[in-house]
Amino acid sequence: MSPVTATDITVRVDGAERSVRIDNRVTVLDMLREHLGVTAPKKGCDHGQCGACTVLLDGRRVTTCLALAVANDGAEIVTASGLGGTDDLHPVAKAFLDHDGFQCGYCTPGQICSAVGMLDEVKAGAPSHVTVDLEEPADLSDAEIRERMSGNLCRCAAYPNIVAAIGAVAR
Amino acid sequence: MIPFEYHRATSVTDALTAVADRPDAVFLAGGTNLVDHMKLGIVAPSLVVDVGHLPLTDVDLLPDGTLRIGAEVRNSDLAAHATVRSTHPVLARALVSAASGQLRNLATTAGNLLQRTRCVYFQDLTTPCNKRVPGSGCSAIGGYTRYHAILGASEHCLAVHPSDMAVAMAALDARVVYLDANGEGRLPLSTFYRLPGERPELDTTLPSGALITAVEIPPPPEHARSTYRKVRDRASYAFALTSVAAEVVVTDGTVSSARIALGGVAHQPWRAHRAERALVAGPATENAFAAAADAELARARPVAGNEFKVELTRRAIIATLTSLVERLQ
Repeated sequence: MSPVTATDITVRVDGAERSVRIDNRVTVLDMLREHLGVTAPKKGCDHGQCGACTVLLDGRRVTTCLALAVANDGAEIVTASGLGGTDDLHPVAKAFLDHDGFQCGYCTPGQICSAVGMLDEVKAGAPSHVTVDLEEPADLSDAEIRERMSGNLCRCAAYPNIVAAIGAVAR
Repeated sequence: MIPFEYHRATSVTDALTAVADRPDAVFLAGGTNLVDHMKLGIVAPSLVVDVGHLPLTDVDLLPDGTLRIGAEVRNSDLAAHATVRSTHPVLARALVSAASGQLRNLATTAGNLLQRTRCVYFQDLTTPCNKRVPGSGCSAIGGYTRYHAILGASEHCLAVHPSDMAVAMAALDARVVYLDANGEGRLPLSTFYRLPGERPELDTTLPSGALITAVEIPPPPEHARSTYRKVRDRASYAFALTSVAAEVVVTDGTVSSARIALGGVAHQPWRAHRAERALVAGPATENAFAAAADAELARARPVAGNEFKVELTRRAIIATLTSLVERLQ
């Protein structure tokens, strides 16, 4: 008997249940983009270094290029598209528009998902590398935002406006 | 990547059984290092056994004060855990200094311990590397050594262990708990990690086919203060050039207990026993901290291109200890 190297899986993507037979080698990112036609998450480095592929997976921000689809059977995935459309923009997406938090836009869906996940982490009291007192709730200063968003690169260097956009939502 | 079979383990026993007669099987947890290595061709398993869904996600404070951390606890959850933040700040600080928010949400305790070196030659299949292909040579010798060892290296390998978490755990005398066909075993972190010697392909002494189930951290001494300092080429999201995990107890200006481990400088989290011995029963002063750092680093053997790491580590040790004492005043 030849080895079975593909698996039937079901995931929820942006509110819709999607079933697919997937080669075990396929990452969540490639499943979304190449198999399910969900192109909001972008492929940048494909090695977990740039953050362009960030989505919310079971409520947490993660890089999907290092997650195997088969290991995430049953997962709830929310991409930047699933956060809201043009008629009902998510507050973080609206803040990126208001503060001009992008130039080419390629990293933006990942930046927005990462910011949404990061704001939830702060709300839950998670410390960061720059948090002074580990036992006090973090005050979301610009330094905190920069540190917590360091997993999302922007090669246009729209960083000042990204920090301003996230700060506006947080405060 | 070559096609592979996938098995989602339903229990620890099921996971052990699944890999038992499959020498090229691998355990998958967060995947942040393994999946990357599969893409790069560093490993090519025919079977991936997913242990990431096992119920090893608790952090328990045992009656004797030991902190027991489940193997599948995510790095972000461990850093945010109330007991870790209040009792072992060095561990919380080490965790949040590592990787990015997204990666810490995926990465697990056991996976972090078993991550492999980020030596550029280990990750580049076109270059010789004794760790990746035993006997092929070490490209770091005479090559790019900025991120390589100054302590405990061998003529076969200059690689360093990349973890921050493990450096804090080394300072805290953590034990790795694992299960294999012979039952449950424990390895102190000091013997869990190896020096490269003549077998740089082996990172740890974990028995083949064993699954890490937890890490145990004994209670700290009373009145201990601890922190983690990481020095790197950019302010965030980078591996350490050098790092210091330190815990001290200072009573009336005298050091009564000191535990120090160094990261980014050796094939293993480097427990600085010589520095500790130099400190204990002495004054908690900058001069004493410098003498302790010198006692440890007298053994440093940098290579061309990383000589600066000796002085950098010396200063990092002094600064870390000084920051702990300043907070007492």
